[in-house]
Order: sequence, then structure tokens, then C-alpha cells
Amino acid sequence: MAEWDSGTKETVKRIPFLTVRCGPRDKEDWAKRLKEELTALIKYIQLNKASDSDWFTITANKEGTHWSGKCWYVHELLRHEFAFEFDIPATYPATAPEIRIPELDGKTAKMYRGGAICLTVHFKPLWTKNSPHFGVAHAMCLGLAPWLAAEVPHLVETGAIAAKA
Amino acid sequence: MSDEVVDSNPYSRLMALQRMGIVHDYERIRSMTVAVVGMGGVGSVAAEMLTRCGLGRLLMYDYDKVELANMNRLFFRPEQAGMTKTDAAAQTLAGINPDVALESFTSNITTLEGFDAFKASLCDSEGAPRVDLVLSCVDNYEARMTINQVCLELGQAWMESGVSEDAVSGHIQVIIPGVTACFACVPPLVVASGIDERTLKREGVCAASLPTTMGIVAGLLVQNALKHLLCFGQVTRYLGYSSLKDFFPTMDIRPNPGCANTLCGRRQTEAAAREASPEARAAAAAAAAAAEAAAAAEAEAPVHDDNSWGIEVVADQAEPSGSGGESNIGARARGKPGAPPEGLQYSMPAGVTAEELRAQAVEDSESNIEDLMSQLDALNKP
Repeated sequence: MAEWDSGTKETVKRIPFLTVRCGPRDKEDWAKRLKEELTALIKYIQLNKASDSDWFTITANKEGTHWSGKCWYVHELLRHEFAFEFDIPATYPATAPEIRIPELDGKTAKMYRGGAICLTVHFKPLWTKNSPHFGVAHAMCLGLAPWLAAEVPHLVETGAIAAKA
Repeated sequence: MSDEVVDSNPYSRLMALQRMGIVHDYERIRSMTVAVVGMGGVGSVAAEMLTRCGLGRLLMYDYDKVELANMNRLFFRPEQAGMTKTDAAAQTLAGINPDVALESFTSNITTLEGFDAFKASLCDSEGAPRVDLVLSCVDNYEARMTINQVCLELGQAWMESGVSEDAVSGHIQVIIPGVTACFACVPPLVVASGIDERTLKREGVCAASLPTTMGIVAGLLVQNALKHLLCFGQVTRYLGYSSLKDFFPTMDIRPNPGCANTLCGRRQTEAAAREASPEARAAAAAAAAAAEAAAAAEAEAPVHDDNSWGIEVVADQAEPSGSGGESNIGARARGKPGAPPEGLQYSMPAGVTAEELRAQAVEDSESNIEDLMSQLDALNKP
């Protein structure tokens, strides 16, 4: 995992790896995978809170197939907060979830229709390489967080978004 | 399908393929069903080609709408902007050839519900595949992995196609579950490197495209599909197209014995068993004998009776010993599963190592899912 900034690298190293290679189409094994997903996420959020760098909330439907929450990024001392959501795809964990920020749809080129953030270059190859050991927590840490860090300053500069009062 | 040669017969030039000895029974195409998944620059053109060829039934899949940004490619017209691609295509194709039965499916196939709906749409009421071939004309890895999984589950042959992001190269690939590599056997070798989140490039999300490359790849794809469906010529298992140097590599990609998809492994075992069955052996022996007889017949009759200049044909380079029609890689890999031939090595980058996994795998939790969900909710409070 070369060339990530040292902070991200240190954090991701401490998120537990998942072991169950199973998606939501297999109800029985999905329950095992979902337990791993939740355990890893809880660990990651606890790490964030401990280092005072909490940056999102997240919750899932009871099947663990639809996830949503709020994420925020502080740019020039102003906090920008967005609602995000994603579904676990049928071919998970061979393929990564598509994280959507619907309120930013149409405001940036680094986004696919429907508000799916572009993860093609910086995250998807890593996911493929590490499948099935990466999970939702890794998608947040290595997918959404870097996207916000790159996109929010640009969106503010171009006037596409302003901090909510 | 009439083969009458009159200006008013839309099929006269197609039926002439029989007269020319290319296709044995062209009319079979009327009883065939093809699914085109993704109606973009490649899929829409492929659909038009199949429609003009008089295909029996065409299933079209896409959840996107036509945009003016698509106008640098073929098929769609500016006045169709805003329509779903499937509706716009059905409109145009029904006008071109009303003999083709068209079915449109306007949903995302990668979601849980979309996957099941896609799989069901390819099957008859008994759950058996009702299509002769699936053509993948999608633009992303997730959709390809979805088609791969559905076709592995159905044992359905499909053809993958793709055009590179820089619009100057493309490929087509035939995937027969268990017989050839599946899409997960040889994942695209993309390795992230040199990325810092602060310097993430903002450009690059908008892929380039050319009507030429898209049209060429669609043509290669449908040509291969016709050969497969109507049993003529040689169906190419993989054909690359690099337009900058007009390089067209072809190869045979054998299934990966270590494929991450367990169903692919099962299909490989089934295919090996089929290949080893007495009927298959007899058929293979008969085919080999026929080929040998044909070669012998050809060798027997000299082209010229005398050769007063003593001209002989020699190879450009010395043939490496033991190289036959089949690649050494395939032969060697089959002899010793898992071991690449001497001098070659697997290049798929290693992800998490076994050691890292032991040290850092998630620990089995005593709590059940409900407990964990409420723990997560508690963490959501500031």
C-alpha cells in the first residue's frame, strides 16, 4: 500500500481484516460476514474517536445490505457535512460498494450519475487486490475519506458548495 | 427468410452467404436469442448489426439515458437525448427491422435485486437459459463481474468486450464457463501506485471515446458472435485491438485453477469430466483424423510437378522444439496445475499476506448482529 499519506496508512493498518468471502446472496454466510463488517467498523470508529478524528456516522438496515450516514470534512476551519449511502452489490466482496453522495450529484466531474463518487483510480485496484479482506470500514477509510480530502477543497474553491451555517 | 435476389428482399445478401459456402444454414439466426448488456457506444452498434442480420430475438439492457455527450459515437441521435437508451434503441431498431423481437430491460444489474432480475430475464419459465449468447458491452468492472457470475451460474457462454479509457484500443473475449478463463480468473491487472490523497488527480473521470474504435470493436464482437451462433470459421477466444500500431493479438486464455470464484472451479471440473468422457474422446479423435486426412490429401498433390530451380520453403526462424499448435503455457499448466512454466511467474500482486491475516484478522465476537448494530448506533452519538 505504497504512497498513501502516513496518517491514512497508520490508520488502515489498524482496521481488522475480514475473512469470510461471502456476499448477501448467501444468507447464512452473510450473517458471519456482517458480524465481521460490524466488528471492524466499530474498531475503526473507536480508533477515530480516540485520535479525535471522528469523521462519519453510519448505520445499516437489518439485513446489512443498505448503509447510510453522515460524513464531514473540515476545510479552512469550516465543517462541510454530507449525507452518504451505499448498497452492498450482488458480487460483494469481489467488487467494492459504490458510495453515493446524492446532494453533490452534478457538482463535480469526479462523480458518476446518481452521485456515486469516483473510486476507480485510487481505491478499486486496492479493493480488488485485497478482496475479501477489505470491508465497509476500509471503503470508508481508503475510498470516501481520500475523495472528500481531494474534492471538498475544490468544491469550495469553485463555489459549488459553502459551509452550512 | 427468402433468398430471392430482388431489390425488395432485405435478406437476399445474407442468404447469399449460403450460396457462397460460408454459412451452412443462415436461417437458423431467426430462431436465436442474444442479450446485449450495456447499450453504449459498443452495445448499441452491436444491437443494430444483429438487428440488420435478422436475429430472432434481442434482449437489451441499460439503465442510462441518451445524452448529447454520447453524440461522438454511432447509433443514437440528438433528438433522442433524455430518452432511456433502451427505449431509444427499441424505437430505432423496430424501424430498421420489424422482424426482430425486441425486449428492453431498464435497470442496474449490479444491485441485489438487479442481479436476480437480470438472471431471471435470461431464463425461461423452467429456469433454463433462453438465450444463445450474452454480449457484454458494459463500461465497468462491477457489471462485468455480475455478468460473469450470472453466466457461471447458468453455464451460459458469453462474450466480453471493452474499449480502453483513452479510446485507442479494445478487445473481445469469449467466456465459456469451465472451458475458458472466466472474468474472475484473470482480473484486469491494475495496481494503484504513487497516490497521495492530497494530490489525487481531478481529471480522468471523463473517459475519451471515438466512434471508430467503438464501431470496430462492435464489429469484431458481432462477427465473432455470428461465427459462434452460425458455426462458421474459427471463433477467436481473445482478440485485442491496438489502433496506434494496428496490432491485433489473439490468444487462448485457459481457466485459472486458482480462480477466486469457487463456482468457476466447479465448472472447470465439470468441463474436464466432459472432455474425458468416451463420447468426447471419440469426437475429438474423429476430428483429428479428419484434419489429418485433409492435410494428407493436400500434401499428396504437389502444386508443381517439377522444381528445376530447386526452390524450397524454410521457416523464418528456427522453430523452438516441441512447439505445436498449442501454446507451451497451456500444455505445461495442465500437466502440473498451479505451476507456471520455467521462466514465467504469476504477476497478480499479493494483497494481504497469510502472516498479516493471522496478526490482524477480525476477532470472532461474542455479540450477535443486533448487539453489534446497537454498539454501532451508540458510536454515532457525538
